[in-house]
Amino acid sequence: MPQRRIAIWILAVPLVIAGLGLIFQGLAGAYPALYFTWGFFFEAMIGGLLQGVMYSLVALGFVLIFKASGIFNFAQGSLVLFAALTMVGFIEFGLHWILAAAITVAIMIAVAIAIERVVLRPMVNQAPIILFMATIGIFYFLDGFGQLIWGSDIKILNIGIPTDPQFFLEGVFEGGILINSFDMVAAAVGAVLVAVLAVFFHKTRIGRALRAVADDHQAALSVGIPLKTIWAIVWSVAGIVALVAGIMWGGKLGVQFSLALIAFKALPVLILGGFTSIPGAIVGGLIIGAGEQVAEVFLGPIIGGAIQDWFAYMLAMVFLLFRPQGLFGEKIIERV
Amino acid sequence: MFYREAGQFKTSYRTDQAIFPILQDKIGLVAVLIFAAVIVPAIASEYILTTILVPFLVFSLAAIGLNILTGYCGQLSLGTGGFMACGAFFAFKLTTAFPDVNIIIVFLLAGLGTALVGVFFGIPSLRIKGFYLAVATLAAQFFLLWVFNKFDWWHNYSPSGVIAAPPRAVFGDFYITGTEAAPWAKYIFLLAFVAALALLAKNLVRSRIGRTWMAIRDMDIAAEIIGIRPMFAKLSAFAVSSFFIGISGALWAFIYTGSVEALAFEITRSFQVLFMIILGGLGSILGSFLGAAFIVLLPIVLNIGLQSIDSSISVALISHVEFMIFGALIIFFLIVEPHGLARLWQIGKEKLRLWPFPY
Repeated sequence: MPQRRIAIWILAVPLVIAGLGLIFQGLAGAYPALYFTWGFFFEAMIGGLLQGVMYSLVALGFVLIFKASGIFNFAQGSLVLFAALTMVGFIEFGLHWILAAAITVAIMIAVAIAIERVVLRPMVNQAPIILFMATIGIFYFLDGFGQLIWGSDIKILNIGIPTDPQFFLEGVFEGGILINSFDMVAAAVGAVLVAVLAVFFHKTRIGRALRAVADDHQAALSVGIPLKTIWAIVWSVAGIVALVAGIMWGGKLGVQFSLALIAFKALPVLILGGFTSIPGAIVGGLIIGAGEQVAEVFLGPIIGGAIQDWFAYMLAMVFLLFRPQGLFGEKIIERV
Repeated sequence: MFYREAGQFKTSYRTDQAIFPILQDKIGLVAVLIFAAVIVPAIASEYILTTILVPFLVFSLAAIGLNILTGYCGQLSLGTGGFMACGAFFAFKLTTAFPDVNIIIVFLLAGLGTALVGVFFGIPSLRIKGFYLAVATLAAQFFLLWVFNKFDWWHNYSPSGVIAAPPRAVFGDFYITGTEAAPWAKYIFLLAFVAALALLAKNLVRSRIGRTWMAIRDMDIAAEIIGIRPMFAKLSAFAVSSFFIGISGALWAFIYTGSVEALAFEITRSFQVLFMIILGGLGSILGSFLGAAFIVLLPIVLNIGLQSIDSSISVALISHVEFMIFGALIIFFLIVEPHGLARLWQIGKEKLRLWPFPY
C-alpha cells in the first residue's frame, strides 16, 4: 500500500516538525538562556534539511554497493576524497571544470575496475566482516595514494556555484529566513542525482541486472547475468556518486583530508534509512540533518554544545531500537 | 621431529582439557615467559622497551578484550576507543581521589566501571545485529569522547584537558607510573599483569560462559532454542570485553604515555584494535598477541625502512607512503589468509608435527 504510506508520511512530517517546535518553545519558556522564534526554528530546520541532502550524497554510495554486493564499503569516504583531489588537480592544470570532471569520471571507473579485480575477486565468499576489513584497507590505500599524488594541502574547489546567503519569506517571519544558496544548489544536485539513479535502476537493462543481483546473487548468475561485470559497474557508479559528493563537499569545506571522514556523518544516515534503500538514504539524511541542526541550536545550549558529533548516532540508535532494519530496510527474516 | 605428542598419554579429563595439552607447548610457553621476563629487560634498550614492548602489551590487552566481543561472541564493535578512554579517565579520577589505594586495585576498579558502561551500550545488541550494531557502537565512541572532552571534572579542571599520571608504586619503591618509573619496571609490571589477564581470558573462553558466547556467534537463534539466554550471553560478553578494554585504556594512559587527553582515544584507535584482531585471528587469544605485535611493529618498520632507502624524503611523503603500504598489506593479508596469523601458526604447527616425514 504505497499510497497509504505516502499519505502517512505527508501527514506525519509537518506534525512532527510542528510538535518539535512547540516542545522547544516550551523549553525556551523554562530556560531563559534559550532563544526561540518560529522564524529561527524554521531557519535551523531548513538549514539542517539541506545539510542532510549533503549527507545523503555520501550515503548513496554506501547503499549502492551494499545493495549489489552485500559489502559494507567503508572506503566510500576515501573515494569522495580521491575524486575531489583528482578533479582539483586537473583544474589546477588549467582545464575547464567540466573537462576535469569528465577525466575524473574515467579515473573513478578505472579505480572501480581495479578494486573489483584486485580486491573483491579473490575474496568472493568470505565472511562480510573480512570484506569490510578489506574496504578499510582500500580506505587507507586510497587516502595515501591520493595525497601522495596531489599533495595534502587544503585546496579550493570553485566551479562557480554562488555561496552568498539569501533571505526568504521576509514577509512571513520577522527578519526572514537565511539560507545559504550553495546548500540549495547542492540539494538540487542531490535531487537530480537521485532521479537519474532511479531512471538508471528502473529503465535500463543494466539497472535491471543490478536489481536482480541485489535480490539474489545465485539466481542472477543462473539466468546469465555476469556478476563480476555488474560489481565493476556498481563500484563505478559509486565512484561517480562519490565525485558528485566530492564536488559538493569540496566546494563547501575545501578539498582536504578531513573530507574522507564525512563518511562518519553518512553512517547514521545509513542505519537510519536502512542499508539497502535509496529512498532510505535520502529520508535518513533529511532526518539526521534536520535533527542534528535543531538539536545543536536548541538543545546544545542546555547540555553544553558540540553535541553534533554524537547526536546523529544516538538518534539513529533510538530509531533502530524500534525498527532494527532501519526505516526503509528490507525486513530481516531469520531462519535457522 | 621435536614436536611430537607420541608417548604423552592423557589419563584423566583434567590433563586432556589442559590449556596446553602437549608438553612441548608448555615448555615453549614457559621458555617465552622466562625470556621475556629475565633476558629481555637485560638486553633491550630503553627505546625498544618504551616504544615497542610497552605499547605491544597494552594493545594486546585491548585486542583480547575486543576479541572476546567480536571474535568469540560475534558482536562487531567500533567503540573500543571510547571504552579505553573510560578506563583511563576512571582510573585517573579514582587514583587522584584515593591516592592510598594500590594502583592495581585502581586499574581493576576502572575496568569494572568500564564494564558497566559497556553493558549499557551493549543493550542495543539485543535487537540490532551485524553492521547496524557496528554503527550503533560508534555512538558509544563519539558520545564517550564528547563526555570526557566536555566536562572538566574528568581531568580535575586542568586547563589543557590532559590527564597526567601521578607517581604510583605497586609496592615499596617499585614505581610504575610517573616520571620516576624506570622503563624496565613498567615493562615487568605490564608483562605480569597482561599475562595474568590473558590467562583469565583464556580460561573464560574455555568455560561454560565462553561456550555460550560462541554458540551465540555461530547462530544466535539456534543457540536460543537450545536454551542459551541471548541477553545474558551478549551482555556478559560486552561486560567482560569492556573490562579488558578499560584496563588497557588505563594502562595506556598511566604506563605507556604517562599523560593523555581524550583525543588519544579517537576512532582511529578503535580501527587499530579491530585490525589487530582481524589480522591476528578472530576468536583466538594467541591471535590477539600476534595481531598487536604486527600492528605495533608495522609502522615502525615501514618508517625505518623508508628512511633508510632515502633519508631526504619529507615526513608528509613518508606518512602517505606508509598509509598506502599499510592498506595494501592489510588487503594482501586478508586475501592470503583471511583467518589471520593465528591460523597460520596453527597450520605451521600441524606441519611441524609431521616434519620431516609428512607421508
